[in-house]
Amino acid sequence: MRTVLSMVRKELTQVLRDRVMRIQLLVPPVVQLLVLAQAMTFEVAHTDLALVDLDRSPASARLVERFTATGRFDVSVATASGDLADQSLRTREANAVLSIPDGFARDLARGRAPQVQLVLNAEDGAAAGVVQAYAAQIVAGFSRSKAARSPDPGGTSAERARPGLEVRTRALYNPDGDYLPYMAIGLLASLVTLVGILITSQNIAREREIGTLEQLNVTPITRGQFIAGKLVPFWLLGLVELTIGLVVIRWAFGIPFVGNVLWVYAGAGVYLLAALGLGLLISTVVATQQQAMFVTFFVIVTLLFLGGIFTPVASMPGWAQAVAEANPIKHFVDVLRGVLLKGAGPADLGGAFGAMAAFAGAALGLALLRYRKTAS
Amino acid sequence: MSAFRSFVVKEARHILRDRQTLAVLLALPVLMVLLFGYAIRTDVQDVRLVVVDASRDARSESLTRALAATPALRLVGVETTAAQVEPLLRRGDADVALVLPAGFARSLARGRAEVLVVSDGANANYSQTAQGYVRTVVGRWAAEATGAPVGVRVATRMRFNPTLASENLFVPGLLAFVLTLVSALMTAISIAREKETGTMEVLLVSPLRPVQIVVGKVAPYLALAFVNAVTALAVAALVFGVPVRGSLGLLLAASGVYVLVSLALGVLISSRVPDQRTAMMGALLGLLLPTLALSGFVFPIASMPGWLQPVTNVVPATWFILIARGVMLKGVGLAVLWKELLVLCGMAVALLAVGARSLHDRLE
Repeated sequence: MRTVLSMVRKELTQVLRDRVMRIQLLVPPVVQLLVLAQAMTFEVAHTDLALVDLDRSPASARLVERFTATGRFDVSVATASGDLADQSLRTREANAVLSIPDGFARDLARGRAPQVQLVLNAEDGAAAGVVQAYAAQIVAGFSRSKAARSPDPGGTSAERARPGLEVRTRALYNPDGDYLPYMAIGLLASLVTLVGILITSQNIAREREIGTLEQLNVTPITRGQFIAGKLVPFWLLGLVELTIGLVVIRWAFGIPFVGNVLWVYAGAGVYLLAALGLGLLISTVVATQQQAMFVTFFVIVTLLFLGGIFTPVASMPGWAQAVAEANPIKHFVDVLRGVLLKGAGPADLGGAFGAMAAFAGAALGLALLRYRKTAS
Repeated sequence: MSAFRSFVVKEARHILRDRQTLAVLLALPVLMVLLFGYAIRTDVQDVRLVVVDASRDARSESLTRALAATPALRLVGVETTAAQVEPLLRRGDADVALVLPAGFARSLARGRAEVLVVSDGANANYSQTAQGYVRTVVGRWAAEATGAPVGVRVATRMRFNPTLASENLFVPGLLAFVLTLVSALMTAISIAREKETGTMEVLLVSPLRPVQIVVGKVAPYLALAFVNAVTALAVAALVFGVPVRGSLGLLLAASGVYVLVSLALGVLISSRVPDQRTAMMGALLGLLLPTLALSGFVFPIASMPGWLQPVTNVVPATWFILIARGVMLKGVGLAVLWKELLVLCGMAVALLAVGARSLHDRLE
């Protein structure tokens, strides 16, 4: 135990005595969390609409008004020409074209379900999907409303136009559709990972390169003590980074935590073993610090991009979804978002904890096997 | 001049001698574009749906079948009480739930049925689109099942990208991300290693001027980084079928300037840190997430808050992505993109000058 403790002391001293290192550990993570979290948004706040209203009736005007009243749509082009409307998509004067056919009001009055056309600029497919969903919701609301039922002499069609089915919608956990809580938490997981893996992955390679590894090898320290001594200080450092990040999220961004933060620390405790174990494994495999850097870069980007942090895992092809299941950061960010945004507790998190623990065991076991106390 | 030439030759030898690292440097960009070109997508598919059906009558089962038959939706369970929904969403076992009332068929016959679509709103767009899918299916089913007119139907057409493929949107950005990181990492260690191994002293007493040291460090890597740019572009075009509608020459020239900017950035980091580990921290911590978040690669710049949009201008990748998307997807030429190219050239010169300058400061 004494051996491990003095290793821990030595590692912490080595990292923290360096002024540049101290700055690097504190400033970039905090600044990036504050700034980048606000850049990470897919929010589709506003859509410029080109309107082709061939009906020019009170009913069509009421439909258009429903679009603009949401504040999500603005009519930037109004034309009777479909070609001109399409042109406006090209020049980006509009992101969507709404075409209302001639006879719209008449069909509506006769209960004959007119069809409007919506053409979306789909360069960004996901954004187009969101605009489509908004538009469909607006049109459905219009159909249900009295506005759709124009004065009708018979009265029967108005009866029939009454909806058989009403669909209400609710988005749990984030009713305003805000991206900041979701992305800030993902970014925090990324930063903790980045710092943790960076600081461990070049560690042993550096000792090897500057020759101090041989000195350690001739001491009576065991392999387990060696790995533990390398692990514990950075595990503590990781928890400190996490705490700073949580403070920023809670108080700088004012995002309320729904669940118990204790579970976040429990998750981070397990996750950091996995991430740091991976870092140490890299460090035992590579020959130089330069190689450590490139392998680390590749590993970190793979963890981040295949972890569902920025883009959903469900959008990935099947093989990538399978890889994501083995990805510890995917489970870590699930725990963070689950606890902080949705109020998840231990009953909900068992699978994620198990997956992270399994990864930690495998990575640390391999690192232990790879590290030999003999000069190679 | 001959001192400079032998310095460049020495640097090139350093690179060529370490075959293992060289192989990694050449393979990395191709591997990353291949891997992440498939994985980085935002299209909403495979939405996991839970139906809460207390009545289990012919109507509710018919609606459930219609939902299950929708390709974008995957029915992961049919529950009996609405209370079971929240834990499923909380655990992330489902994305969206449709709650049907008890006595669904009866209330439907009376024209007074009301159903509720509940989604996990944490990821806002995904939630919104998933709700849209369920609403659409329910609406279509209701029109058929009740014979009541739906009111107004909406026909939607996705223009420019009818299959909603994400490749064209993300692959040019991925090129920019991978090239800038790999290039900057190549040179980030260069001067830091000389400091650590003590050979910096030798360089300092040599007749080389700081600017020659910086350019000499960059020159051999420029060839390597350009090869990377070409192979990464080839993967984008051949594997992902991203078109090159504009001038290939312009794209290659812009790639060359862009990797030069990135290499210069690496040298600048290298000249300012004491050793390799801080160089690595500086390069990866300083470049990875900002390039990812602020370049328009994944997150559209137009969606960002107004004060943040000008900040994206300092990220070199922002400019290269504009050029790459412009040339590849829209087929525009220098007449439109000269400003972006000029900015990259300016960045290259400025970064090399600042790198030389900070090396010069260390000399004194």
